[in-house]
Amino acid sequence: MKRQLAIVLLSASTLILPATLWAADPAAGAAGWTKEYPQADGSAARSCVTCHGRDLTQPGRQANTGKVIEPMAPSVNSQRLTDPAKIEKWLTRNCRWTLGRECTAGEKADFIAYIKTQ
Amino acid sequence: MNPFPFKSVLTLLLSGTLAMGSAHLAFADDDDDDDERGREKSGWFDSRETLAPVVNATYSEECGACHMAYQPGLLPPQAWAQIMTPDALANHYGDDASLSEALRTEISAFLGANATDVAQQMAPSGASNAGAASGSLPRITESTDFKREHDEIPARLVTGNPEVGSFSQCNACHRKAAEGNYDERWIDIPGHGPWKD
Ligand code: HEC
Ligand code: HEC
Ligand code: HEC
Repeated sequence: MKRQLAIVLLSASTLILPATLWAADPAAGAAGWTKEYPQADGSAARSCVTCHGRDLTQPGRQANTGKVIEPMAPSVNSQRLTDPAKIEKWLTRNCRWTLGRECTAGEKADFIAYIKTQ
Repeated sequence: MNPFPFKSVLTLLLSGTLAMGSAHLAFADDDDDDDERGREKSGWFDSRETLAPVVNATYSEECGACHMAYQPGLLPPQAWAQIMTPDALANHYGDDASLSEALRTEISAFLGANATDVAQQMAPSGASNAGAASGSLPRITESTDFKREHDEIPARLVTGNPEVGSFSQCNACHRKAAEGNYDERWIDIPGHGPWKD
């Protein structure tokens, strides 16, 4: 019994550790949201704001196509943050496009913690 | 007659991907007729017909997130294949459209089965077959037929028009583009209105 519990705990913590969920920090996510990344080719600096805007309760605009993006704030758009695969897919794409690299698990957790407060 | 659905059926049947529930199947009978091929060279741009609407929910969701989900019939199968490689998706016309392997496979199969047949494709000019770099990906808007249909439209109504942005946003001007209907009757250019030529 004890042994099993230990294994469960162990595996649970290895699952959670990389995601540093306990440390997810909405303030860090908010700062990351507006942080601008200058582009080497001289094009406009990029941030999450580029497509989603500063006010997450308002719709955004896909910067490359002009398509309207529904508000990111779960308080006004209950569809948001409901599908883990969708979240992961977009964070992968959007981090690569905005930061020029994939986000760390910690950065992703911060972004989600921030969006959840909106 | 619109040649496009007939060819799609051929591809559909050949590839054996029948799960898509496409209305194209209704035309299956005409498909064995080899003579049709020669006569169909003109392509859908001249056909004045409605393109088969997009009928795959996964495709509509994934490939309609940033722009309208282009009808598969707008490009030949090899062009879609180029667009759908993992590298090309990660460098997608200046954006990142990367997909999980499962989604990529599903969408590739759908596009392959519903694309325009090679025999009547709009030969993309300027688009090289070189590979994944975003600059060299094939474009509907780079095809000779597309350019011929759109060469009288001044840039100020397109790139100079914040409500359009580029020719890639078909649905900004073609009000029924999402239904595959590009008939001139339904053209309404933002800030300009219907097109009279
Ligand atoms: C180039 C435009 C663009 C940029 C820049 C961008 N996003 Fe997005 N993002 C999108 C689009 C488009 C979607 C999908 C929209 C939809 O589902 O309506 C999306 C979806 C998301 C989702 C999934 C939401 C859900 O429905 O669960 C998250 C999370 C997200 N973005 C976070 C970010 C973060 C964090 C940044 C900055 C690092 C960022 N985005 C920058 C375009 C962008
Ligand atoms: C993350 C946003 C995004 C997603 C998701 C996306 N695209 Fe795109 N796509 C773009 C952008 C940006 C362009 C370039 C638009 C422009 O030049 O104005 C583009 C252009 C295209 C073009 C060329 C249009 C032309 O000019 O002829 C095709 C074809 C295309 N996309 C197909 C797809 C397919 C298929 C999928 C699904 C696998 C997809 N797109 C998903 C952003 C996206
Ligand atoms: C800036 C507005 C605009 C955009 C964007 C645009 N078109 Fe058009 N399109 C037109 C106009 C205007 C015509 C009529 C041109 C003429 O008759 O001289 C036309 C004609 C056509 C025709 C011929 C229709 C007929 O009945 O003769 C097709 C097919 C077509 N467009 C497809 C597309 C596709 C596919 C896209 C996106 C990849 C697209 N268009 C994007 C404005 C636009």
